[in-house]
Amino acid sequence: MNQLNLDHAGAAIEFNKNEPRVDWHDETLWFVRTKRDRAAAQVPEWEELREAASQIKNYALSNMHDLLEQFEQNAIKNGITVHWAANADEHNEIVHGIIQKAGANRMVKSKSMLTEECHLNDYLTRHGIEVIDSDLGERIVQLRGEPPSHIVLPAIHLTKAEVGDTFHKHLGTDAGATDPQYLTEAARQHLRDTFLTRKVALTGVNFAIAETGGFVVCTNEGNADMGVHLADVHIAAMGFEKVIPRAEHLGVFLRLLARSATGQPITTFSSHFHRPRPGQEMHIVIVDNGRSRQLGRPDFRNSLKCIRCAACLNTCPVYRRSGGFSYHSAVAGPIGSILAPNLDMKLNADLPFASTLCGSCTNVCPVKIDIHEQLYKWRQVLMQEGYGPGGKTAAMKTMATVLESPRLYRIAGKVGRGVLRFAPVTVENKFNPWYNQREMPEPPAESFRDWYINNKKS
Amino acid sequence: MTTRDQILASIKANQPAVLPLPTQFTFVSTFPDLTQQFVDILTFVGGASVLLPDMDAVKQYLQAQYAGLSNIATTVPDLESLADMKLDVADPHDLAGLNLAIIEGPLAVAENAAIWVDERQLPQRVVPMITQQLVIIIRQSTLVPNMHDAYKRIQVDATGFGTFICGPSKTADIEQSLVIGAHGARSLLVCILP
Repeated sequence: MNQLNLDHAGAAIEFNKNEPRVDWHDETLWFVRTKRDRAAAQVPEWEELREAASQIKNYALSNMHDLLEQFEQNAIKNGITVHWAANADEHNEIVHGIIQKAGANRMVKSKSMLTEECHLNDYLTRHGIEVIDSDLGERIVQLRGEPPSHIVLPAIHLTKAEVGDTFHKHLGTDAGATDPQYLTEAARQHLRDTFLTRKVALTGVNFAIAETGGFVVCTNEGNADMGVHLADVHIAAMGFEKVIPRAEHLGVFLRLLARSATGQPITTFSSHFHRPRPGQEMHIVIVDNGRSRQLGRPDFRNSLKCIRCAACLNTCPVYRRSGGFSYHSAVAGPIGSILAPNLDMKLNADLPFASTLCGSCTNVCPVKIDIHEQLYKWRQVLMQEGYGPGGKTAAMKTMATVLESPRLYRIAGKVGRGVLRFAPVTVENKFNPWYNQREMPEPPAESFRDWYINNKKS
Repeated sequence: MTTRDQILASIKANQPAVLPLPTQFTFVSTFPDLTQQFVDILTFVGGASVLLPDMDAVKQYLQAQYAGLSNIATTVPDLESLADMKLDVADPHDLAGLNLAIIEGPLAVAENAAIWVDERQLPQRVVPMITQQLVIIIRQSTLVPNMHDAYKRIQVDATGFGTFICGPSKTADIEQSLVIGAHGARSLLVCILP
């Protein structure tokens, strides 16, 4: 069943039908979380670094207009062409236009969650442009016709046997092969040919530096660099919130990013682009797509501080047990659940409820986003705006009525105890979500109130 | 109004009152031995290292290490006798067959084993990724403790491109199994001179 067509709870039920797989998914992500913990513990000033990163991002958000103007001016001085896109459609049209102008019909792309958000691949494919994703995880899911299920580890939901089957079908590897070394080598050969033959390459942007008009792209595989250094045209797509004031601030972010993401001390390549190489064209597409609206929401604006490390996904007890696809959004997990309602409140109204509000996400966030508090606040907004699930709205209203009246409350308690004792089938059935995966409690003989009154007398 | 002006106007209208930059955003790292710290982290990320006294020793070491290998290129004048390929090609695609690139790294970071290189070390930007094996020669005298120190020493826009390289290219995208040699170099050897 396609998880993407269900709401979070529905998709989580599908995912949980295969219990060993859920356990495996859970443990794999927890393993990444423990690597993050070890890496963080090796930096004595870790908490001060988080605070500094948070404050630099707060400053950037509060000064965004001027920083973007400064970034644009300096980028243009560097010989980079700067484009602005108000929404996903404009972003896709701009990228398509650049490809057409280059006379190309194929493009290689490294990881960019923004292009996932804009559904760039679908758009370009519809317009006759072939796109090949070059990050190994992204290539795997692309070959399978799936979106990434995790922003750093796009194929984390797949076993090596499934990757082996996919590669056997599409890349001609041996049937039944599961050795990651062998499968990675096959992808290396296949993508090397792609890198050597594409005239246009697109990358995301991890950080854009206002002071110097350049940008930084971080990868472990070297795929972003292989693509752009061999292409005539480099397109870098960024949400406007990627801008930071000065190059020296990169010291803070590069110390936090990879340690938070995978527990590495830094990514293999942290590439700083400032000018196109001789004969090359370099384009930056700066995208809004709802970000300026989010900037205007005091309760939610600091979700724009996110540096996409995915620490909040790896630590989340819900994400680990429901899988990335259950979030039906380009960015899954806790951070995705506070970004997505801004993009489409109705479509993503379920996501802020996909959390236990345990706060683990907030504790690991390297830029100190109050993720669980925003999840809680989104719930208030969504219910007020009328996007709450129908059942939940009705239940809440009934509950409010009952709790408002002591008499109704006493009657409800009595009825509830009676029902549990004499007709348990009315609650112990699959229509009661509280009964799923749970035993109903044994009903007490009397309420606390009755007990208190009786015992006080005697 | 153009899209640009609309976006900027909307940002200006929605951004909060200006908040200050933090007073502290650089930190001091103290390691008992910078070189040892660098070597330990490099080993952790799948790289190899060797301490050598001078360029002559580097030449001998590399000769032995990569004996029988062809398609070798270097930017180090003292090591030219090892090379049979040039790096300063007009078209980077000409480097597709490169087996070994030997370059210098002007600055290295102890906390994370990252080595900075920019276009002064790279005749083509793609060199450290397209080569099958990579050797970087660094000097202990240019080792700095952490990334804050590194950014004080380098100027990121001195050339059009620069990158921190930490170990060989790698991926763990298949079931979190670490595989060294994704799209960039399959191995990184760092020769450390005094």
